[in-house]
Amino acid sequence: MLTDALIAGLTLGGMYALLAMGLTLQYGVARIMNLSYGELLVSGAFAAHWLFTVAGIAPLAALLLVVPAAFALSWLIYRVLLTPLVRRAPNREALEVDTILATFGLLFVVQGVLLVMFGGAYYSYSFFAVPVHLPGATVAANRLLALGFAVVVGALLYLGLTRTRLGTAIRAVAVDPVAAQLVAIDVRVAAAFAFALGGGLVACGGVLVSMFLTFNANLGVVFTMKALIVVIMGGVGNLLGALIAGLILGLTETFVATWIDPGLTLAATYAIFLVTLLVRPQGLFGIGRR
Amino acid sequence: MASITRRMAVALLGGGLVAAGSAAAQDMKSVKIGYAISKTGPNAGGANVTQIPNYQLWVKEVNDKGGLMLSSLKRRVPIEIVEYDDRSNSEEAVRAFERLVTQDKVDLLFPPWGTGLNLAVGPVFNKYGYPQLAFTAVTDRAPDLGKRWPNSFWLLGTSAQYVDALVGLLTKMRADGKINDKIAMVSIADGFGIDLSKAAREGFTKAGFKLAYDKSYPIGTQDMSPLIGEAARSGADSFVAFSYPPDTIALTDQAKIASFAPKVMFLGVGVGFPLYPGRFGANTEGIMSLGGWSRDNKATAEYREKHKAMHKRDPDYWGSQVGYSSLQMLEQAIERVGKIDRPAIIKELQTGTFDTVLGKIKLRDNMLQEGYWLIGQWQDGFYTGVAPARPGAAPVIVPKPAWK
Repeated sequence: MLTDALIAGLTLGGMYALLAMGLTLQYGVARIMNLSYGELLVSGAFAAHWLFTVAGIAPLAALLLVVPAAFALSWLIYRVLLTPLVRRAPNREALEVDTILATFGLLFVVQGVLLVMFGGAYYSYSFFAVPVHLPGATVAANRLLALGFAVVVGALLYLGLTRTRLGTAIRAVAVDPVAAQLVAIDVRVAAAFAFALGGGLVACGGVLVSMFLTFNANLGVVFTMKALIVVIMGGVGNLLGALIAGLILGLTETFVATWIDPGLTLAATYAIFLVTLLVRPQGLFGIGRR
Repeated sequence: MASITRRMAVALLGGGLVAAGSAAAQDMKSVKIGYAISKTGPNAGGANVTQIPNYQLWVKEVNDKGGLMLSSLKRRVPIEIVEYDDRSNSEEAVRAFERLVTQDKVDLLFPPWGTGLNLAVGPVFNKYGYPQLAFTAVTDRAPDLGKRWPNSFWLLGTSAQYVDALVGLLTKMRADGKINDKIAMVSIADGFGIDLSKAAREGFTKAGFKLAYDKSYPIGTQDMSPLIGEAARSGADSFVAFSYPPDTIALTDQAKIASFAPKVMFLGVGVGFPLYPGRFGANTEGIMSLGGWSRDNKATAEYREKHKAMHKRDPDYWGSQVGYSSLQMLEQAIERVGKIDRPAIIKELQTGTFDTVLGKIKLRDNMLQEGYWLIGQWQDGFYTGVAPARPGAAPVIVPKPAWK
């Protein structure tokens, strides 16, 4: 029973982490509080569903199509919609407010397009829903896969950001966009890259969760909320923080559901979130703002 | 500048009033029917499967005939639709229905989706005297509501009716020695789940069953493995879930992953959705839920074909056929009255007998009394009605076959 709950909690947490990593890049590095984040995730899920049911392309192969497409689309969104806001914003706070409003509008545009294309009905398909027998527990292969992706993608991106030149440039932009220009970093390109990378990640999350979650065009906000909690809890802009915060939330929900009451999972999530904010307002792995 | 704007506004307003006045004086060009429904928000999934396709199908059929036959005008009058999105929000729904009546001046209203919203807009329908044929609302207050708001009709019945039917089936299985007396029950912490689980808790206990596991879970729960794990460990032969579509699918999925195959598996909304057999195929065999469909009813089979031709998917096997029947009833009531006389239409709905896909329908106390299924079960790829016991009821398959 313990291993059962442990593994269920880890897979759920892996999914939460996967959902949140793109947002932590977009918000932490590109400084765009993207409220349409969940809609892009649902778009990824719809793309996977469509490719699978109409074209017969398996979701894992679909990743090769969907992720680059989402990267390109997010780049475009950044350059066309968000660059003017970045240019005219006098400071970080003003940019945050502006982007919240702009992406709030984008949320309805994306949702509207999805509603026109797919209607409001639920969508679901079965892929890789086979039991995997681990010692002491049985878990769905597709959920395990999502956990694996979260860990691998999280680790790769963490290494990429800390060990490469481009990664260092991106982090420099996150810390101080003005000073970054002084050392010849093209801030606009770095921020656009971070935003687009976040877009690719969220689409990747959408494709993976579509294998086991039932979704419709209206579900985006649910994912945005969850991702936001994970991002704030893990420390804005910190990928490992997102991974660990996601796992903590997943484990908490599963433990509470198993031993206390499934009705209290949401309460437990928010209790942990509150405690984190009280004790470490910058998040578990966040660096306090100077 | 300001004065010009004001003058223009006055001119526009005056023109608008004149236009409206002359339009009212003209002969009736169309019967305006208005509705607000959840096109977005959490209710959209249900509204888009059970309700909106029926509205579209019926309106198209009537308009293809030339419209509603109004004998007072001695001609057919086409239907014109005014549609709003209530965004799954009851305040929004109330405002939209008020607007439909007072601004759009519609002749008739269609109800919104779901128990909560139908209860919320009930007073508006009642205040303006519009018939409300609710077919996606299950409430134990239905008999009282029919009395308090005589214009309201509650066609999907009460939670007690469903629970009584389920308890009846389980009691018989236990008497036959097919299941033990333990039941594991989970329910969503929302209107439908709370109502049904409350009624079920009473019903099961009264019938001598023990609730070995009885928990609710919040909306948006994305992992069902703790619930399925606990239900499996509870030693119950029967698993009952009052769930919404995404959870219904997640519960089925997780039960299959965990090889948890209870002898009786009863799940909530979504088992009758076209999505469900598409997703689980032969694994649906033996799964029970609300509603049901008659194998031998030619009219519902025809309705299903029409639905498929227009919407490229099957109807929902619970509310859809009831919904379509309610629209047929409305059509016949209007044509018998011969004009848009709402009190007369309501009276006709209360007392008349109607020819529908479900057969001949006569309401009593503003509710359906017979002719529809409370409990159904997937048998051989068909969602067959198994209760109440009436002609065409199939024997229940128990135990549910193992997962394939």
